[in-house]
Parts: sequence; structure tokens; C-alpha cells
Amino acid sequence: MTSSPHAPQSVAYVRTEDAPILPPPANTTGLYGWARRNFLDSMTDFSDVGSSVRSVLMILLTAFLLWFGISQIWGLIKFVFIDGIWSNPTGARREACLTQAQGGLLPNDQTVGACWPYVAANAKLFIYGRYPMAELWRPNLVFLLLALGLVWTLWSRMPYRKIGAALMLVVFPMVAFVLLTGADLSAPKAFWYVWPLATAILLGLGWAGGKGMGGEAVKAFSGAFWGLGLFFAYILVFALAATMNWGLNSVTTRDWGGLLVTLVVALTGITASLPLGILLALGRRSTLPAVKILSVAFIEFWRGVPLITVLFMSSVMLPLFLPPGTSFNDLLRALIGVTLFASAYMAEVVRGGLQAIPKGQTEGAQSLGLSFWETTRLIVLPQALTLVIPGIVNTFIGLFKDTTLVSIIGMFDLLGQVSSTFADSSWATPVTRPTGYLVVAAIFFVFCFLMSRYSMSMEKKLRRGHAR
Amino acid sequence: MALRHLLCGVMAVGFGFAAVSTPASAQTSGSTLSAVKSKGRLDCGVSQGLPGFSNSDSAGNFTGIDVDLCRGVAAAVFGDPSKVRFRTLSAKERFEALKSGEIDVLSRNSTWTMTRDTQLGIIFAGVNYYDGQGLMVPASLGVSTAAELDGARICTNTGTTTELNVTDYFRSHGMSFELIAFEKTDEVGAAYEAGRCDVYTTDRSGLAAERLKFADPEGHVVLPEIISKEPLGPAVRQGDEQWLNVVKWTHYAMLNAEELGISSENVDQIRDEQAGLVSQGQGNQEIQRLLGLGDDFGAVLGLPKDWAYQVIKQVGNYGEVYEANVGPDTPLKLARGANALWTNGGLQYGMPVR
Amino acid sequence: MTASAETPSSGSSRSSGSLLYDPKVRSIFFQVALILAVLLFFGWIVLNTMANLRARNISSGFDFLGNTPGFQTVTTLGTYLMDVSGRAITYLDVLKVGLINTLLVAVLGIVTATILGFVIGVFRLSNNAVLYGFSTVYVELLRNTPLLLQIFFWYFAALRAPWVPDARGKVSFFWDNFHFNITGLYGPYPLPQTGFGATLWALVIGLILTFVMRWWAKKRQDATGKQFPIFWGAVGLILGLPLLVFLLTGAPLRWEAANFVQEGPVLRRGFQKGEGMLIIPELIALWLALSLYTAAFIAEIVRAGILAVNKGQTEAAHALGISQSKNLRLVVIPQALRVIIPPLTSQYLNITKNSSLAVAIAYPDFFSQVQISLNQTGRAIELIVIAMLVYLTFSLITSAIMNYVNSRMKLVER
Repeated sequence: MTSSPHAPQSVAYVRTEDAPILPPPANTTGLYGWARRNFLDSMTDFSDVGSSVRSVLMILLTAFLLWFGISQIWGLIKFVFIDGIWSNPTGARREACLTQAQGGLLPNDQTVGACWPYVAANAKLFIYGRYPMAELWRPNLVFLLLALGLVWTLWSRMPYRKIGAALMLVVFPMVAFVLLTGADLSAPKAFWYVWPLATAILLGLGWAGGKGMGGEAVKAFSGAFWGLGLFFAYILVFALAATMNWGLNSVTTRDWGGLLVTLVVALTGITASLPLGILLALGRRSTLPAVKILSVAFIEFWRGVPLITVLFMSSVMLPLFLPPGTSFNDLLRALIGVTLFASAYMAEVVRGGLQAIPKGQTEGAQSLGLSFWETTRLIVLPQALTLVIPGIVNTFIGLFKDTTLVSIIGMFDLLGQVSSTFADSSWATPVTRPTGYLVVAAIFFVFCFLMSRYSMSMEKKLRRGHAR
Repeated sequence: MALRHLLCGVMAVGFGFAAVSTPASAQTSGSTLSAVKSKGRLDCGVSQGLPGFSNSDSAGNFTGIDVDLCRGVAAAVFGDPSKVRFRTLSAKERFEALKSGEIDVLSRNSTWTMTRDTQLGIIFAGVNYYDGQGLMVPASLGVSTAAELDGARICTNTGTTTELNVTDYFRSHGMSFELIAFEKTDEVGAAYEAGRCDVYTTDRSGLAAERLKFADPEGHVVLPEIISKEPLGPAVRQGDEQWLNVVKWTHYAMLNAEELGISSENVDQIRDEQAGLVSQGQGNQEIQRLLGLGDDFGAVLGLPKDWAYQVIKQVGNYGEVYEANVGPDTPLKLARGANALWTNGGLQYGMPVR
Repeated sequence: MTASAETPSSGSSRSSGSLLYDPKVRSIFFQVALILAVLLFFGWIVLNTMANLRARNISSGFDFLGNTPGFQTVTTLGTYLMDVSGRAITYLDVLKVGLINTLLVAVLGIVTATILGFVIGVFRLSNNAVLYGFSTVYVELLRNTPLLLQIFFWYFAALRAPWVPDARGKVSFFWDNFHFNITGLYGPYPLPQTGFGATLWALVIGLILTFVMRWWAKKRQDATGKQFPIFWGAVGLILGLPLLVFLLTGAPLRWEAANFVQEGPVLRRGFQKGEGMLIIPELIALWLALSLYTAAFIAEIVRAGILAVNKGQTEAAHALGISQSKNLRLVVIPQALRVIIPPLTSQYLNITKNSSLAVAIAYPDFFSQVQISLNQTGRAIELIVIAMLVYLTFSLITSAIMNYVNSRMKLVER
């Protein structure tokens, strides 16, 4: 022990050099540490009777779940890949997936798994239904536009996303409608007299009001005129597009089916329910009692009944509600039912977003002299809608899965179309049904899983944005 | 009523769009025949898949006796059986589709009943298949008559008359039973095949078709009892007798052809033979009238003189159509039974062409 | 509208022009216009419907409910409970049977989905990788595929399973008291004899006494700090008391066993109809599908609820010397429940509403019965209105109960 004169303050118990960096405890690193953290902690505590019982139970539970999970996954892999029938060299039909004892081509000792030749032969049916072969480029183009539009709108790195969103909500429905149906419909003559006139009057009043012309009455309601006028104009443009002859063969919606119908129903439902849901959410928060009561009644009514009753209502009762002699497309009936149903859920999602906007925002806007609609349109909604994107995506996932219910009212969505092939005797085998269900489940899983991941990442991003 | 008009006026504006999006299917108030001729094709409503009656493969080619009836009409009108567009229809939408003008003929194994003939605005043009509700059981049960079915579990479709017929039958025979009614046909078949029920009941032709989908079709037997009458036939819109006649007489032409022994194979030969005889005032008058060699029976229908010849030549007589689609040599293996010609003890009877 | 509601109301001497800017006038104008539009819309619909019904010769009214349907409903709890012997069955009975069946599957589904959901939700938070992995795969797989598909899957999986014997065979378990084959699961059915009412009364009294005991125990704890074993007291009162009365009155309950016959005509063999308790495969499939599907959602709700409880709460509890199990019971779960209950309510509602998918697999739930009646009578409007009203009532009752529970659970704020 030497004391240094240069360090007068040093005393014996003060360290002069850093303590050596010790390796972490052996039981927290490496394979053992990993196993300890992830398994053993919960099952190696035998310090007293209670903990021992708990540990033993945990060991049993873990072992059981491990066995159960692995056997299920292995069973699936075996059914899909190992036992699955992948080749069909002779171009046979059900015989390709039947053993010789069942009248097929496979050796008798073979365990028959998924019948992929059946899926391959019916793939076109699963995706497009009975859409004419020669016109398949049209749904394909719609799918492509949809995919591009979604990437543009939903991927945060893309430029001009607002324009993309506007195009997707306004122009895409029209393009898809024309491409899928072939347009060239006819509208009653009266429509062409009444509708453009009404549009022109509304837009004219809105414009005049904005310029301060036409007296106080016009000026006071110019916002309402603008709003209604634009809505009417959109319908007019849509009607023009729908009645124009684009040189496309018309394809009746009866020939649509499979994934095409599933996507059409879910996307139309969500797109059409968005504006309706926003209006309802605003109505529910309104201070006007009549508006509030009607909105609450509407929302609670649709949220209180099962979708299947709504679909039955729209398919059986809707034709009765319209003037005698009006015929009504089946798909349109289902779309109306789905839209009404979805708008109630959408309203609740949007309401959540509206509630999250601090009151100071509205008050600030008011102090700048903005009217209610200006405040809503410029300040509240842009913030609220950004907040509720995850909620909208979740609603969409629910709606997307619920479109399978239209198969109960006799339409051919993906599940309905696949089920319809079970009635085809040329592919009737014991494995046809499981294979078909597996395909449907896989398609739904991929779509819904990706969407839920997107919604979760958005949620995370929003939370980070708000934490500052 | 004034209030009603006001309301309609107000709402018509709001619902103008709804009207726009309904497909262009204006009620064809004029003659269906001229409408069909001007659009150059026949729109025919068929079922969504019933082997032997109307069934399409994955390439979209339709086969079946319901399908061949429509082909026959197209052959009579255009001389070309391929000028038909088939529309598959569910049981619920079939009559609506006919009334709205979306299709010209409904040939979708529909039962001819009084209600349908009188209250739905449609009219049946004949019976192309005499069917009846039957009962199918697994052969392993060893049951040979319906009298042994006391205590049976029965699978069937909901929303059809089969459910009511089978309940009537079992109740009137004092037998106990359990009815399990499914929404979709393929579920009925799957549940029955899995052993959920002892009996599967629907139209006998449907039973024969469903049996084909089982892993072991031979393991199931259809009992001899017929528990209801189901005359199936084509229907058209009411108020167009000319078109009704076209469909009706196409069917009769096929029946008469079979009765006279004319088939798609020998029709040319017979026509040539008779053509030589007709100028001499000899030969079989019935055949000559049917094949358009004598008086013109086409003009009264608005059809070419050789309409029946075209039907027989290009589609075949009733017997040929039957044998090709549902007969004993097809997978369905349905014997002629009630569908034999009247001359053979059946019910099919072609009205005379004269 | 909201924005301008607070501006001072304008005087009555304004010109008509500025009257348009008067918030009160505007709000009244908007509301009257809206109500008028809604009334016009409904009036239009009603008039159209009447015209359509006339044109199509469709009769209307609820008189058909007294008619006898020409079909028969498959045997279920509903048909057990409905005693219609001695008179003809009516459409009203058909609907009632459906209602009971819906309630049955909803209650069964809610119970199992809740238990399973809580278990899976806790697994999701486990630091055991197997438990975590299993629960994650479970949740993702079941949440992201349609329920209708899952119902079909379970139904046909149950029917096609190779270990399920056919209708003339059986597999017995629990000392030959329970059996199953493809026609369903059979067990003994309780038939109360005279004197069983006393046991029910004992149960009611036990429940009341439990509440009294809880109130007394809490008062005593507040006063003296002594705790009372409420749980065991409750077990004694709710289970023990009725059991005691049951035994004292001579066990007045007869169990009717399922009757399996092996002789006689082939279709008469197997289990006899109407003897013992029967759970049909359609119910099993629907129950399984509903509980497994909903459990995935409940698991996520439970997980979020537990995560929402601040870690400091647990740490504080430990610092106070509260044991692990008491910490969970008294600190974590009450706070987590506050977050869990509102979304849990909507899941319970979803089970009830989703049970209407029974229509796809021939389980005679309320909506299936409505649909069958609709097909046979053609009274579409009446029947769909009845269906919607019934489901709306379910929804309102469930939310009322849950609102009550929720208000009891709420933080008492000063």
C-alpha cells in the first residue's frame, strides 16, 4: 500500500481504477439464457408447494400445446404438400384425386390430400365467376388499377397521396363500373331533363351566393347549394359514363362471381359508407335534437341487427319499397344493404376520431370566423380522418369477411362460388370440399392479415406522432 | 292519390340514379318472336347446375334436356341451335327474370302448378319431363319400400315444396320422422353422404344427379314410391300467344318426330323419300306436314316452313335428347318411365300437326 | 350550427334577410326540413309497398302466426321446452322454438368464448414462448378468416371425422352416461319430480343470503378490519344449501337416460327420439365455431386490458406487501376490467347476432325459423320486421346490462 502525494484526497477505500466489466450472468445469455427467459422461468420454480404445482402444470401445458400445435401444423403441411395431388398428366377430372378403389387413378394405398387439379381447373371461376373469357382483361385492368391506387394512397412514401385518394374515391368507382359492366345502360328520359337542370340550378345558386348575388337567402345557404350541387353533378357524370357506349360488350352482373364479387361488395360498401358515416357521426354529435336523435336511431338500428337480416331485407323487401314496375339488380340490392350496415359502423369509427380532436381546434377556427361547415371541412375532418384510418381499415376487414354472407342470399362471392363447385359431379371427391375451403381460407387470411398489419403500423405511427 | 304523386315526384329525383343502374331490360311489350329475331339470339333461363337438365362445364358449354329445348327453339327460329345465350338462374329469381324480359324462355326444371300459371304472369308451354319427389336411402340399410322408413332422419332443402311434401307423406302414413332442412343443395348431399340422415328427398331426377357426386353412387338406392307430382316444363310470359306457340310446338315437334320414327340421323333420308312422294299425293301425310313438305305450318307460327325439320336435324327428337342427357346410358341412368311416349305406356303425347 | 349556437340571439326587430343568419331560425329550419324529408321518404316507401302488395296480390298481416306450418322442426332444446302436446303447432311456436335455440347457442357461446378468450389473452402476455406462439397463431388464424367458413369447416369436420360412429353405433364415455354418434351427443335429461321446487327456492334464498353476507362482511371489515371468507361462504350458500335441501327432500330428480336400441326395424335402431338429452351436431358446430372465433377477439381485448394497467400499480402493490395472487385479483383485474368490459359487450352482442349464421347449417335458430316461415308463407315484411325487432331487443338488453355493470366498475371520481 503506497500513498501518493499527488492524490491528497485519495483514501484507501476509493478505487483508483474502473471496476472490470464482468460478463453478464451465465443464465441470461446464450442459448441457455434465451431458453430461461422464454421457457424455464415459468416452470422451474420449486421453492414451495404452490410454486411447484404451478411449475408442473406449466410444464404439462407447454408440452401439450407444443405437441398440439406441431401436430396440427404438420397435419396441414402433410395435407397440402406431401399428400396433395399436384400432377394431373392425363388431364383427368375427379379421377385424378380418387384412388382406384374409389374409381380413380391413384394407387389404393395412397392417402389423398389436397386436390390441386380441381383448384387449377376452377381457378378462373374462383376469381372471376362466369365472367366471359374474352373480356377477362377488363376485371384484370380493374384489379391492376386498384392495386396501383392502393399503393399510391396508402404507402406513406408516395407523392401527392391526397390526389391519389381523391382519384380512388371519385374516379376509380366510375372507371371500374364502366369496365366491369360495359356501361351502355339506359336511363329514363325524365332523368335527362330533371337531373341536369337540378344540378345547374344548385351549382348556379351556390356560385351566385358565393359572389354575393341573389340576395341574402341565396347567400346564407350557398354552402349547402354547393355541397348538394357537387353531389348532383357527380351523379350526373356517373350517369353519363354509365349510359355512354364505350364500345365494350355488356357483361351482366349475374356473370360476375368469386373474388371479383367479394372485392366489389366490400370495396363499394366501404367507399359508399365513408361519406354516409361521416355525416352520421357529425349528426350524432350535433346540438340539434332532431338531427342527433335521427342519427343515433339510424346508427343503433343497423348496429343492433345481424348483417344477414339486412341482406334478406335488401333482397326481399327492397323491391317492394320502390315504385311498382321498377326492376332492381341483385348485386345492387346487396350493395345497398351492405352500405347501410357498414355506414353505421363507420359512423362510430369516425365519431371516435372526432372526439379525439381537442376542443381548442374548433374554438380556434371559430375565433377566425369560420362557419360550422368550414370548421368541419378544413380543421376537424382532416385531422379526425387521419386518426381513424386504422379504424376504417379494421371496419373494412370485418366487412371483407362478412361479404361471405351474400352467399346465403344466393350470390356467388368467393365462398359461394367455391361452394358451387362442390355441386359439380365431375370434381366430386372426398377431398374437394376441404381443398376448396382451404383455398378460401388462405385467400381471406392473406388479405385480412396484410390489412391488419397495415392498420397496426399506421396506429403505431399515429401514436408516435401524437406523443410529440 | 295526389299525395302519392307528389311523393313519387319528389323521390323519383332522389332515386333517379337507382333507375339508371338497373340493366337495360325494358319490358318487351311487343312480340317476343320479333324481338328475338331482331336481336339475333334467344335468351334462355336455365338452372345453375343440375346434371342432365342443365349443366355447364368449366369452358361454359351447356348440356341437358332443358338446354336442348332452348336449342330446339333457336333452331326453329333461326335454323341455328347455337344462337342461344344461357342465363343461369336460382329458384328464387327465375320467374322475375322471365317477367322482366331478361330471358325469353324459362327452361329451368320448373314445376307446372296452378298458382304459377295463373298468378305469376307466366304461362307454361308444356311438360318436357314428368318428375316426382322421391326418397333415396343408403343401400346398406336394406330398406326397399317407403313403408319401412318409420323413425327416419330426413335431409332436404328448405324453402321448397319438398319439405312440405315429405312432411305430408310421413304424417299421413302415421310414421315418425326427423326433418333436417338445409339452405343449399350441396349441403344436403354432403350431410346425407356423411350419414347425418337416413333419407335424402328431392325430385327423382335430382336424386339421380346428386347420387353421381357421391364417392360410391352404387351404395344408394332410390325407393320406388313417388310422393308428389312434379311436371317440369318451359314457361314464357303471359299475353304473347305467338311465342307460347313457338315454344309449345317446338316441344311437340320433337315428340311427334320420335313417334314417327324420325331422328336427326334419318331425317334427311326420310325428307328426300317423302319429297319425291309428295308431288304424287302419296306417302305419309303426317311426316310431310311435320317436315314442311306439304302445307306451310311455319308461317302461322311466324317461322320458316322447315322449322320442325331444323329442330329435328340439329337437335334431335325427344327420345334422342332424353337418351343423350338423362337416359339409361348416361350417368343419371333414368328409365323413360312416365316420360315414354303415350304409345309406349308413358305420358309424353305430341299434339298432331295438322 | 354548433359553432354559432353560442352567439347572442338576435333581436326580433331584424329584417328578414338577417333572420336567415339567426342561429335559432336556421337550426329550426334545418331540423324541420330534415324531419320532413325523412317523413316524405318513409311515406313514399309505405305507399310504394302498399301498391306493390296490391299489385302482386300478396296478403299481409300477422294472422298467419296462428296457422299450422306444413313442416317439422328438428329436435333441439327449443322443441324440448315447448310443450305443444294436445294442440296443433303454429308458426308462433316455430318462432318461439327458434328464439330458445338462439338464446341457447348464444349463452353457451358467450360462456365458452369468455373462458377461452381470457386464457388465450393471458397466454398472449406469457413469457413462455410456446404459450405466446400458440396463442398468437391462434388469434391471427381465427381472426382473419370468415366466420361462415369456420362454421362450415367445423360442421363438415364433425360429420366427416372418422372416429364418429354412424347413426346405429355409439361411443360412450363418463361411465356409460354420455354417448355420441353422428346424430349428436346424448346424455341424461333431468326430470324434476314433485318436491323439486324446494331446491329451487333454496337456491334463491342462498343467492339472497350471499348478498346479505357480502354486505355484512364489508361492513365488518370497514369497522374492524377483519376479513371474512366470502368465497367459501358463497359456495356454502349457493351450492351447499340447495344440495342439502335436495338431499333432505329425498333427491326428487329423475335422470332420463338416452335409450339405445339395437333390435327391430333398421331405422328404429339407434338412439330413440325424445328420450334423454340430445345436442345435435349442428349445434355443436355452431357453438364451437362461434366460441373459437369470438375467443380470438376476446383474447385481444383481454390482452389490451391487462397491458393498460400501469406497471406501477403492480409495483406499488408489491411494495405494500400484497401477494402475487391478491395483486392480480384486487389490483390488476379490477382496473383491467374497466378497459375490457365495453368492447367485451360488443363481442357478446356479436355472438348473439352471428348465431344467425346457423341458417347455413340447418340449426333451427331464430333466424332460420324466420327464413323457413318466410319461404312457406311469403310474409316477407312481417317476418323480417319481427326478426329485426327481436335482435334489436337482444342488443338493447345486453347493452343495458353491460352499462349497469360498467357503471358499477367505473372509477369513483371525487
